[in-house]
Amino acid sequence: MSISSLLATPSELTDSSSTKTAIVLMTRIRLARNLAGQHFPGWADKARRAAILAQCRAAIAAAPQMKKPHDLAIDRLSELERLILVERHLISRELSGSKGGAGAMISHDQAISVMINEEDHLRIQVLRAGFQLKRAWNAIDDFDSALEENLDYAFSPNLGYLTTCPTNLGTGLRASAMMHLPALIISNQMEKIVRAVNQLGMVVRGLFGEGSDASGSIFQISNQTTLGETEEEIIKRLGTVLNSIIEHELNARAKLLEADANKLFDKIGRAYGILQNSHVLSSSEAMNLLSLLRLGVDLKILPDSGRALIDRLFIEAQPGHLQYARKGEIEPAQRDILRAALLRTEFANQPKPSFTLPGPN
Amino acid sequence: MASPLKCDICDKPATVHLTQILNNQAHKVDLCEDCARAKGITDTSDFSLADLLIKASLNPEAIDSGTCEQCGFTQADFKKNGRFGCPACYDAFRGLLEPMLDGMHKGVVHTGKVPARALERKSLHDRLAKLELDLTDAVKSERFEDAARYRDEINQVRQAAGRTHPPKS
Ligand SMILES: [Zn+2]
Ligand SMILES: [Zn+2]
Repeated sequence: MSISSLLATPSELTDSSSTKTAIVLMTRIRLARNLAGQHFPGWADKARRAAILAQCRAAIAAAPQMKKPHDLAIDRLSELERLILVERHLISRELSGSKGGAGAMISHDQAISVMINEEDHLRIQVLRAGFQLKRAWNAIDDFDSALEENLDYAFSPNLGYLTTCPTNLGTGLRASAMMHLPALIISNQMEKIVRAVNQLGMVVRGLFGEGSDASGSIFQISNQTTLGETEEEIIKRLGTVLNSIIEHELNARAKLLEADANKLFDKIGRAYGILQNSHVLSSSEAMNLLSLLRLGVDLKILPDSGRALIDRLFIEAQPGHLQYARKGEIEPAQRDILRAALLRTEFANQPKPSFTLPGPN
Repeated sequence: MASPLKCDICDKPATVHLTQILNNQAHKVDLCEDCARAKGITDTSDFSLADLLIKASLNPEAIDSGTCEQCGFTQADFKKNGRFGCPACYDAFRGLLEPMLDGMHKGVVHTGKVPARALERKSLHDRLAKLELDLTDAVKSERFEDAARYRDEINQVRQAAGRTHPPKS
């Protein structure tokens, strides 16, 4: 299968977990770009889409950042392969369901991916594990400039980069961070945070489900507006918001420990027990249990080495990855059994939690 | 009992209610379950409220006129899905766009990155075209000294253009 080599190589997202990823799991920036004088993808006929695809693929392959990319034609991938790419944040759901003439080029380490003929001719994405807005911006800025050596972008001095939808006009930039916020969820503060963040012109989305009861307590926070500010200003504003959310999450954790440590320990201990022993696990329950163990790692109840495993399982316990591992489509009920088996195996030899109240220091 | 809110898109009773605060203005969107699903609100992939706001703010009864000469896109097409047909649509539908941008973004003028290489290429290309016209004129009217000067300049511009790797067209 054409994405097997992609799954076999270490990737930025599944293999670089460390303490730096404690609350912000990953940072992502995408730029929307279009070719001058060409119909946007949704309005272009088959021949035009094919020509645009060919021109973009050549330009991307020529960029020094893209040595030996995975070069994927979307309509040649199976439904399962597309789902895997979505679960790895490498392509969007929209692209995975697109008509012909759509492609994706993904760098060897999966840190850069470019969708071709999604809503815009080019959707360039750079992904970094942890809280790395500046480095992600520098990387995508360089890559975008390299593409521009060979492509004439649609650009207006007044309106900036011209995009299919005017909501992306100007910089075409969407910066986002994926945050793990279990204490804000447990202490029912997420709704308040969402409201405050919205007022600052940022959007909050649950990663595995919507709203304040997103499973896994993982949220994506991103900028809403793209015109009227420089890229650096947008990123700085987002960074300030993210730092303030981190602070709230840390405060909420401290309060939970202070108010009733046993209650929190109980949740984490039970999550560990279920992951080691259960035989039927829905995707959403698995995400919630993994989230609790991740909190356990942050609180030094579980060893730091567990974090990489948990972050990998957040992805590998998703329906697409489970089915791919079994080489075929599987009924949802059967998936829940497989998921439980996978997690039982993975956690069989993980060290037991050691609960100690953090002493004053 | 108060009558239930209607969906902004299709008029069925709305069950999904969203509020977004942008530039200190609250925007409300009410949707029925079908439209919410169609807009990907149950799906977390890439839902943009601003997107919906465009559609909600567009008055479908307004008289449609105007077509983009470049791509044949019409105002009606834009009102259907809030997306344009090609870059030239931004000029063709400027009147429609401008009032919308105000509420949608932080500002209405781009202050960010500029594709410097592409703009440089374009300006060299434009200059070359002009010099070639001048050269033809000079030769026709037998101003040979001028012609020689234009030829030198053309060579210089070509050399500069060669350094910027012109895209294959
Ligand atoms: Zn509706
Ligand atoms: Zn057009």
